[in-house]
Amino acid sequence: MKDFKSRLFSSEARLSDLITAYPSLLSLLTRLDISLGFGDRSIADVCEASGVDTGFFLLICNVYTFNNYIPSTAAILGTDMTGLVPYLEKSHRYYVDKRLPHIERHLDAIAQKLSGRIGQVFISFFKEYKKEVEAHFAHEERDVFPHIRALMTGERDKTYSIGEFLHTHSDIEGKLDDLLNIVFKYLPPQVDDDNVLDVVYDILRLSEDLKKHTFIEEKIMVPLVKHLEKAVLS
Amino acid sequence: MKQRLLIVEPSELIIEGLKSILDGQIRFKVLEPEMSADHLEERLLAAHPDIVLMNPTLVDNPTRLRGDQPLALVALVYQYVERDVLKNYDAVVDIRDSRAVILETLAQVSPGEVDASKSSYELTKRETAVLVQLAQGKTNKEIADALNVSVHTVISHRKNITHKTGIKSVAGLTVYAMLNNLIDESSLL
Ligand SMILES: [Fe+2]
Ligand SMILES: [Fe+2]
Repeated sequence: MKDFKSRLFSSEARLSDLITAYPSLLSLLTRLDISLGFGDRSIADVCEASGVDTGFFLLICNVYTFNNYIPSTAAILGTDMTGLVPYLEKSHRYYVDKRLPHIERHLDAIAQKLSGRIGQVFISFFKEYKKEVEAHFAHEERDVFPHIRALMTGERDKTYSIGEFLHTHSDIEGKLDDLLNIVFKYLPPQVDDDNVLDVVYDILRLSEDLKKHTFIEEKIMVPLVKHLEKAVLS
Repeated sequence: MKQRLLIVEPSELIIEGLKSILDGQIRFKVLEPEMSADHLEERLLAAHPDIVLMNPTLVDNPTRLRGDQPLALVALVYQYVERDVLKNYDAVVDIRDSRAVILETLAQVSPGEVDASKSSYELTKRETAVLVQLAQGKTNKEIADALNVSVHTVISHRKNITHKTGIKSVAGLTVYAMLNNLIDESSLL
């Protein structure tokens, strides 16, 4: 933990320096309501101007950047978490509306080059996966997020309990890794074109992103909600 | 005797860079490079290289290239490559490696030292049989009955299949089986 303290980002740094060092954080900004064009302002200044809690912003950036960093319950409870549910919802939209269709376009182009039935099986593998992801997100948006919103306003919402979440929370990256193996290792050489390389990068990036998303739900959202449930009931 | 080295790589820039590193080395004779894997099998038979230094993204199943030739396969990587892919190769050259490291790596793989167990990432006949049934939507129990083995054995075959291919889901394995011509459409449900 001490080790991490010295590596974690601080609010006084320039946001541009953070992005230069870790360009993948760029994809987080719109999901966190921060638009580009922040110039040379510090993280704290940009967050304030965008109406984003600096502590929350740093928590998410740190989780995305440092693989072994698990924020303590104290750190979670000491941070303004009102932005969490909106952030998770926007992430869902980002995956479903942007990343998955983008990947699908590449896969469609690849499928064109595979012989008829193989192309169909290949593409339907992805379509099934997409459905599973959408169902996963729909469940969270329907059952879990409203529960958290209610608790945050001090309501005693007993229709759902976060205890169930971890038992049923499924892995949504697994099939993406299968897809990566198929695309990377087993496509016939005649489809070795730009689409393959592009989609390999896209899948890798989405897989990493989804792993962090799951991590945030399980290691940040769940402890937070457990605490809220206790606090509101007592 | 000089080691005959074949470079298989689509980028001219990388090919020229490698040639300049290998130029003047008495150890290696650099053959005319291949820029794609399109005619690689014919080329291997014709040129009988000792070492193939190859971009792993060009070939889906490099171990097949070996055939019964005593060939050293060296992967030429520029970026992240799945570990399981690299296991099919005898060594790895990263383009960021120094000249000395590249030469050392190539010197160490001599055909005499190729380990036969390296091809163990190929599915066995039994594993292939399990995979085919799996792709046809059969349950572990049904597969066990059809192949006359225990369910436990089927499960252990499945573990090996996943370990070798890197693919966990049945849907993914079905795609794999089709791509490798292990099943055709008539055998799908
Ligand atoms: Fe989610
Ligand atoms: Fe989730």
